[in-house]
Amino acid sequence: MKREHNGGITRRDLMIVGAATAATYAFPKVAYGQANVEAPASGEALKALDASLKSEVSFTVNGTARDIAVDNRTTLLDALRETLQLTGTKKGCDHGQCGACTVSVNGRRINSCLTLAVMHQDDEITSIEGLGTPDDLHPMQAAFIEHDGYQCGYCTPGQICSAKATLEEIRAGIPSHVTADITGPIEASDDEIRERMSGNICRCGAYSNILAAIKDVKGQNA
Amino acid sequence: MRAFSYERASSPQAAAQAAMARDNAKFIAGGTNLLDLMKLEIETPTHLVDVNGLGLDTIEETDAGGLRIGALVSNTALAADERVRRDYGVLTRAIVAGASGQLRNKATTGGNLLQRTRCPYFYDTNMPCNKRAPGTGCSAIEGFSRSLAAIGGSDFCIATYPGDMAVAMRVLDAEIETVDPDGETRTIPIADFHKLPGETPEVENELRPGELITAVTLPASVGGRHFYHKVRDRSSYAFALVSVAAIVNEDGTGRVALGGIAPKPWRDETAEAEMPNGASAVMRRLLADAKPTEENQFKVPLAERTLAAVLSEAKG
Amino acid sequence: MEFNNPAENNVFDRAKVIGQPLRRIDGPLKVSGTAPYAYERHDAVPGQAYGYPVGSAIAKGRITNIDTSAAEAAPGVLGIVTTLEHDPIENLWDYDPVRHFGGDEILHYHQAVAVVVAETFEQARAAANLLDITYERDESANFDLSKTPQASGDSDADPVQNVGDFESAFASAAVKLDQTYTTPAESHSMMEPHATIAAWDGDKVTLWTSNQMIEWGRQSIAKAFDIAPDNVRLDSPYLGGGFGAKLFVRSDAVMAGLAARKVGRPVKVTLPRPMVFNNTTHRGETIQHIRIGADENGKITAIGHHNATNALTAVGGENATLPIVAFYAGANRHIVNAPAKMHLPNSNAMRAPGETAGLMAFEIAMDEMAEKLGMDPVEFRIANDTQVDPGNPDVPFSDRHFVECLERGAETFGWSNRNTAPGATRDGAWMIGHGVAGAYRPAPVQKSGARVVLEPDGTLRVESDMTDIGTGSYTVMAQTAAEVMGLTIDDVSIDLGDSNYPVSAGSGGQWGAASATAGVYAACVALREQIAERLAVAEGDLTFEDGAVRHGDTSTPLSQIGKGEEIAAEDSIEFGDFRSKEALVSTFGAHFVEVAVHAHTGEIRIRRMLAVCDSGRILNPLTARSQVIGAMTMGVGGAIMEEMAVDHRHGFFVNHDLAGYEVPVHLDIPSQEVIFLETTDPYSTPLKAKGVGELGLCGVAAAIANGVYNATGVRVRDYPVTLDKIIGQLPAV
Ligand SMILES: Cc1cc2nc3c(=O)[nH]c(=O)nc-3n(C[C@H](O)[C@H](O)[C@H](O)COP(=O)(O)OP(=O)(O)OC[C@H]3O[C@@H](n4cnc5c(N)ncnc54)[C@H](O)[C@@H]3O)c2cc1C
Ligand code: SF4
Repeated sequence: MKREHNGGITRRDLMIVGAATAATYAFPKVAYGQANVEAPASGEALKALDASLKSEVSFTVNGTARDIAVDNRTTLLDALRETLQLTGTKKGCDHGQCGACTVSVNGRRINSCLTLAVMHQDDEITSIEGLGTPDDLHPMQAAFIEHDGYQCGYCTPGQICSAKATLEEIRAGIPSHVTADITGPIEASDDEIRERMSGNICRCGAYSNILAAIKDVKGQNA
Repeated sequence: MRAFSYERASSPQAAAQAAMARDNAKFIAGGTNLLDLMKLEIETPTHLVDVNGLGLDTIEETDAGGLRIGALVSNTALAADERVRRDYGVLTRAIVAGASGQLRNKATTGGNLLQRTRCPYFYDTNMPCNKRAPGTGCSAIEGFSRSLAAIGGSDFCIATYPGDMAVAMRVLDAEIETVDPDGETRTIPIADFHKLPGETPEVENELRPGELITAVTLPASVGGRHFYHKVRDRSSYAFALVSVAAIVNEDGTGRVALGGIAPKPWRDETAEAEMPNGASAVMRRLLADAKPTEENQFKVPLAERTLAAVLSEAKG
Repeated sequence: MEFNNPAENNVFDRAKVIGQPLRRIDGPLKVSGTAPYAYERHDAVPGQAYGYPVGSAIAKGRITNIDTSAAEAAPGVLGIVTTLEHDPIENLWDYDPVRHFGGDEILHYHQAVAVVVAETFEQARAAANLLDITYERDESANFDLSKTPQASGDSDADPVQNVGDFESAFASAAVKLDQTYTTPAESHSMMEPHATIAAWDGDKVTLWTSNQMIEWGRQSIAKAFDIAPDNVRLDSPYLGGGFGAKLFVRSDAVMAGLAARKVGRPVKVTLPRPMVFNNTTHRGETIQHIRIGADENGKITAIGHHNATNALTAVGGENATLPIVAFYAGANRHIVNAPAKMHLPNSNAMRAPGETAGLMAFEIAMDEMAEKLGMDPVEFRIANDTQVDPGNPDVPFSDRHFVECLERGAETFGWSNRNTAPGATRDGAWMIGHGVAGAYRPAPVQKSGARVVLEPDGTLRVESDMTDIGTGSYTVMAQTAAEVMGLTIDDVSIDLGDSNYPVSAGSGGQWGAASATAGVYAACVALREQIAERLAVAEGDLTFEDGAVRHGDTSTPLSQIGKGEEIAAEDSIEFGDFRSKEALVSTFGAHFVEVAVHAHTGEIRIRRMLAVCDSGRILNPLTARSQVIGAMTMGVGGAIMEEMAVDHRHGFFVNHDLAGYEVPVHLDIPSQEVIFLETTDPYSTPLKAKGVGELGLCGVAAAIANGVYNATGVRVRDYPVTLDKIIGQLPAV
């Protein structure tokens, strides 16, 4: 957006997190290769600003209140993995293309790589660590073991978070791409589960076993 | 990702003002497209205005018998809304055909409309791309263009608009409501919202600096049977090669818009009049000006055959 | 221990623990997110800084300058390592003679050219984008395999097999096929991108990394940093998949090591996903010219196969000829592998390297031949089974049940009910088809060692540098130890992936499980010998059962043997050359699929899949089945969606992320069935086991392509089989 300065706006209109002093600072352009023309500007100037481009944020993770100071750029995923060192949530692509970073925020599953930590003030976050521990497994975790619903294990925490959400979403009557009648009730058919799990890639290809695990848990709940 | 300052806006107009007040500011809604692009420094805002807390997340009935969908309504909530499922099935079907459950939980109505192309050269900052870096040239026209536009492109850019929701909104004659930093509101018909690339592929829509989408309105239901057929190689979690949004009436008349084939949802009301005469009659007009590349010429017969599939399902 | 003769009846034949479908012992850690992967080892060493890599913007040429000033001045930056400040670090391992870093020359797109280290990930990433790199592009390179001389069969490559007189046999054959098939470049796309944390202590370096072959990696790192191998430690207890992408050290490890040395702090580096595709390795493209001649009865008389493939270095490419030399009978054979040097990233092993692309093509050719002959494709394959090496009929297969795979599969699948007429079966809007293909993959083994420790409480600890890339190594190795020592699996604990432990086979070439379990066996036998010594009886007279060792009427609990001390034993299994001289040891299978093709749109969906595998003793049917269904899933990808598209002007893989490079998702995968034939192969290992993880991928894509043909009557010879390749020939609507 190209804009002139628009008068009349006072600081009180805005709830500012992080500094707003960045106002008109000209940030450097990248020189990536042939395509980019502008040369990088001074890193010194950036350095001067950087400290002010951080925020404090408070949320709960797996029931525990957390107050952290983060770089505004920090994704929720990196806040979990790097800042809080809760590494159960995985980074597979960092671009929303694999689902390994799936966590639940306020009861809904999201890709934690495509959201900023600073945007989660007061939110309730549940990651795989919040579902169960090796000694006290959530039924979905136990079912994944029982049905060998994994191989390398890297996509597994995301799969399990999604699996749990999948059953909840079906129960809540949220339609999916394979729902035949979107005005009627929704059955937890194999294809309903497969479609809803399709945002979680498993390159080892454990899909059939994951389906079996989810159906097992669905059966336990029924 | 460049460093940026961040603020939460307190009202729609304040958000518009905040965006206007700074050089190189952007709204952030779900963040699922913006952050993806920021990580690659395809988008480089230095200030983000978070519009999530503005109360724009409700769906209300309008006096005209339609729906007013807040710009921050999530894709999941919109697709699951009882009224949408009942009266605007094409919209539910289009939304759930897109992305994944996780992404739809975050993706918002406004952000989804504004999602940028998935052209692979646009995504690679080492490559010339007129949309990302105006004047550098288009890598796709003579490159890997299988997923790109077969119609509506220009010598400057053949990127497709990748979204699904907007294609359904196009057949529904949705309108986009906005507010600007001065508090002025306006309504933009979806037909006019997305722009063809012409010589300025970097300009993708009608929005002016600082202008915030507040809602999308749908006119009263037009009835008919609603279809959204999205064709892709992978059966889910993939963008459309071609998609057909259609409303088919008992008498064979109806509406149709195409996704995945053009820089914007592709609809032509005169072509639509041919619907009773079948898919090829419609496509002869709708795609009359198609200029596909060798790699994406299949989209032309594919669009016709996909509409034929929809029409035969409508009959069946 | 030397394995110099075929195995006889032994402890594994009691199969109390081995062969049981036991749940993975690493399962609870994996499902709870507590299994630590490389980039997550916060506890490993304090003070870790973040390194963010930069890949070359051009495919071929030179870097003339790197201006680091802006990046250096950026917040949080601790240091920058550029390629210009190092001599080339290359040829770290014979099978992977590539350049990882160093020098001004650019050999392929996204070659690592710098790493920027900062206090935080965000700072490092932002500063990496501030590097100003000046390139001089070499415009002369060709990136189009079809334009190489090799593609038109015009190469000076020696045949890998030249038996009889192919040309005249083919010329005089009653029925002939002469076709060209192509397979695209494919990406491993394991879920965990390459990642390493490196920390120096003087001239010793430790790398917490994600690597399939720890010892190869240790040697490679020593070479990279010019230090003694003993000064290198690699630790890789969990890998988020590999499929061959992590067989060798990659640039993440090299950059982490260089950067850690430069900034004097531990540094962690992971390759951003969009960089993985062009920086690392892939399955090469192939153009395969296949000629098959047969007599009227369907006996193959001549096989000609010419494979052209892209390779940046002398070792590379997808050698599609690998399975063709031995799979089917045929007296006259001329088979050539012709890699073409191209400045794409180097291609190297990806799951079932060679077999995958080879059978993608050849098993379509077999389908086409069967049709020409008017034979059922199952029957045609059976008719051309061979029990001896067709290139050297004096050497028999050690144990080959390919025919049984086909017959069991056909029966289970209901093959005889299929409609043989192409394009003639409908289910509503969908055209239905059935396809079959054969699977073949050798069963190599590698020397493999382990250390076992009998704890004072009678439990056993196993240590090895073996890796578990999802294959189930932890579990099958523990099962092996339990079986040999007469314990339950709960009595066995196991530590893997650390170069401080004995050198194992590592994970690759589907040799991992077969070799590593044999290595555990060797170590356990050494332990049993020590126990026998302590009891002053001959090892052969002892029976290990139920946590005790029995000799005649006396039974001693294992917990009492060490008298409060642990007893450790270490050994390796070494495989004698009888294994390759006296026999061909291979694995076999058959795949059956049902596909549906939308009659209007050409969308292709798989409806059901069956695999029948003959791969010796199955060590754990649960994890082995997972290997096979996973391979079948990867086969679906190869069949109908996976392709790294090459930009022939810029010389790179364009769709270099997981949205552009599509791999199968849940909804793509229908119900899958796997049958393991109950076979054992005494020539293979003491456990009579062979690999299965790669076999499962062989032939899958061709079965699907053949199914698409049966459904539509459209024969696609260029993978992936996508709708744009069939839509023009589908029935009018
Ligand atoms: C792997 C992947 C697969 C996907 N597949 C599909 C698919 O198949 N079909 C499909 O349709 N989509 C798909 N998407 C795209 C996804 O739907 C969009 O990313 C999402 O809808 C964007 O919404 P958002 O709220 O997250 O937008 P944001 O990322 O927050 O914003 C996007 C843009 O809109 C601007 N903006 C946001 N809100 C407003 C507002 N109220 N007023 C003015 N400007 C605003 C922002 O400044 C930004 O420029 C996919 C995405 C990913 C990552
Ligand atoms: S098609 Fe458009 S987005 Fe793609 S490279 Fe060309 S200009 Fe860029």
